[in-house]
Amino acid sequence: MTKAARGSLLGIEHLEAAEILGLLKLARRMNPAKPRALLKGKRVVLLFYEPSTRTRSSFEVAAKSMGAMTVLIQSSGSSIEKGESLLDTGYTLRAVGADAIVLRHPSAGAPHLMAANIDIAVINAGDGMHEHPSQALLDAYTVLRHKRSFKGLQVAIVGDIYHSRVARSACHLLSKFGARVTLCGPPEFVPEVAATLVPGIRLTRHLEEAVRGADVIMLLRVQKERLAGRKIKLEDYIARYQMTAARLKLAKRDAIVMHPGPIIRGLELTGDVADCPQSVIVQEVANGVPVRMAILARAMGKAR
Amino acid sequence: MAQNKTPSLLIRGGHIIDPASRIDGPMDLLLRDGQVAEIAPPNKIRGNAEGKFDARGLIVAPGFIDLHVHLREPGQSHKETIATGTAAAAAGGFTSVCCMPNTSPVVDSPEWVHWIRQPERGALVNVFPIAAATHHSKGAVLTDFRSLQEAGAVAVTDDGKPILDEAVMREALRTGAQLNLPVIQHAEDTRLTAHCSMNEGPTSFRLGLRGMTVAAEAEVVDRDVQLAQMTGGRFHVAHLSTAEALKPVRRGKRAKVRVTCEITPHHFTLIDENVGDYNTDFKMNPPLRSAFDREAILVALADGTVDAIATDHAPHALHEKQVEFERAPFGVTGLETALGLAITQLHRDHKLPLARIVELFTAGPARVLDLRGRGTLARGSFADVTIFDPKKRWIFDAAKSRSKSRNTPFDGWPLTGRVISTIVAGKVVHREG
Repeated sequence: MTKAARGSLLGIEHLEAAEILGLLKLARRMNPAKPRALLKGKRVVLLFYEPSTRTRSSFEVAAKSMGAMTVLIQSSGSSIEKGESLLDTGYTLRAVGADAIVLRHPSAGAPHLMAANIDIAVINAGDGMHEHPSQALLDAYTVLRHKRSFKGLQVAIVGDIYHSRVARSACHLLSKFGARVTLCGPPEFVPEVAATLVPGIRLTRHLEEAVRGADVIMLLRVQKERLAGRKIKLEDYIARYQMTAARLKLAKRDAIVMHPGPIIRGLELTGDVADCPQSVIVQEVANGVPVRMAILARAMGKAR
Repeated sequence: MAQNKTPSLLIRGGHIIDPASRIDGPMDLLLRDGQVAEIAPPNKIRGNAEGKFDARGLIVAPGFIDLHVHLREPGQSHKETIATGTAAAAAGGFTSVCCMPNTSPVVDSPEWVHWIRQPERGALVNVFPIAAATHHSKGAVLTDFRSLQEAGAVAVTDDGKPILDEAVMREALRTGAQLNLPVIQHAEDTRLTAHCSMNEGPTSFRLGLRGMTVAAEAEVVDRDVQLAQMTGGRFHVAHLSTAEALKPVRRGKRAKVRVTCEITPHHFTLIDENVGDYNTDFKMNPPLRSAFDREAILVALADGTVDAIATDHAPHALHEKQVEFERAPFGVTGLETALGLAITQLHRDHKLPLARIVELFTAGPARVLDLRGRGTLARGSFADVTIFDPKKRWIFDAAKSRSKSRNTPFDGWPLTGRVISTIVAGKVVHREG
């Protein structure tokens, strides 16, 4: 195995704080409404082994608004269906002239495998339960639109942490900048081992405790099928962990509510919380475009 | 073989360690007609030998025995063959290897046991087949232990898969007891390990991989020790990897239950953190465990709880390992690095006496599977000898491996202790340099 190509973004864990700040700064200078042909003539392949609406469309818009050509490859309707291996697919895409591969894959570490064997930038658009770095970056971007800095910020992350790549990436990012992170959920979703992910993380089983005094509340989607067969029932989960207007009042008055989507109204949050002025859920989606423009520009050496 | 007689060989000037005979000192050794003809203090062996081996500065030990290798034949010769696997064994100092039945097809009939033992396979060292315990290793219907044993099988197992059904395991141990045939268990409650690709802990959480719990191994060992006690059967735990699973083994041994266990070099050397960022050459089953488990294993190797070091040599082709971590097959190669790791990790770093290490490679495994005349240099035993330099420093280069595969976590590792020569039935099958 060799080192990943320059500009690859495999995860937040191994990024330096300075690199993250650099990307966020670059994102602030990106304006999707005013296209710049920064990536003219570049070919970006969106290789998606899993369904995606937000991430895929946002990377596509980001690439196109900088003049790059995009090719979308999904597991159905491609040679992946015929049993082609991930690496052989990568070699093929390299051969047709891809300059970067944006990879969404159900297996943790798939982007690392690709990056270790192929000499073009690989961008992780979500790998299994591992990381979702572009989501963490756009969330950081969104937070900094509302908060001066991360230092000392109280962040509650609520829901199915165990299965969540969004949560893992967020924890790495927040801890690098000195935010105080509290993970909240039942043991099935927030196992004790979660506290070992980064230093200084707290766990609680009580939503009220997590939310009290919080500056940022990040909710995660709860997949009904993952509750099946577990000790905790859906109605219990809703009773104990659903974000309601009443619970939101425990947070700081200027707290923001975040969610990577897709949201399920009536499950992890009520409809009125989703639509309340403190909710930045739609802003997150919008911010995804300039942040991914920055990621792609960096990937292809155009990060000026 | 009379027309093709192996010349006699005198091994002089070495330091013999033969734990089975309680020998640990300067001795000479004469091999003749495939047997140990004489073992005596320096310069006391008279008469002329056709060949001489200068073993000054070297340890002369009974030929090493590996209880657990995958030679991949029949059916998976793109990973390894009996010829290449035994060449790797010879390079690693093993004069006997016991091969697992999870091939394609599964070795569950006397015909396949015979096939493995045929000279056409080109084995460079002794091969002792271990047969499947159940048909197709499906865990339901026992194979015909008696005919498998008569064909040359030295034990039965469904390695790679556990025998989960308690009634089937009890029957296997009971039948094995009548034939004095050991039953080897790959202890893993697969109902608890679906979709798991490494040890459960901080590293698996960090990597977003599902983890195998300690309980999934320990509970099976615990149950089977009880079944062995109940039936009087001989029960051997393959590649034991957790502190928790050592408890029932110790309990069983104290209660004189016929239970034995083996430890692999990778489990006494590495821990789960070494998986790094999805390096599939660190993926095996049982997985690398926590530092706590490794410490417990080191204690058990020293205090006599462990009977043998076994490699679980499990070759896989590069294209099979160069895939997503969760999709990669379990297993690493291990024959050529076993002694170097044992001396480096156990002797140099943890002060285990060389005699104990030699025991774990010789008398220990011979006892586990009752391999008569092996694992010792007593007069009249088989002329299987391993000669090694315990101080020699070298670097393992996977590209030069005799195995067909390269899936080792130890490529480029500096090691202390190297095999100098391997002798099978009086014939030198490997010579360093």
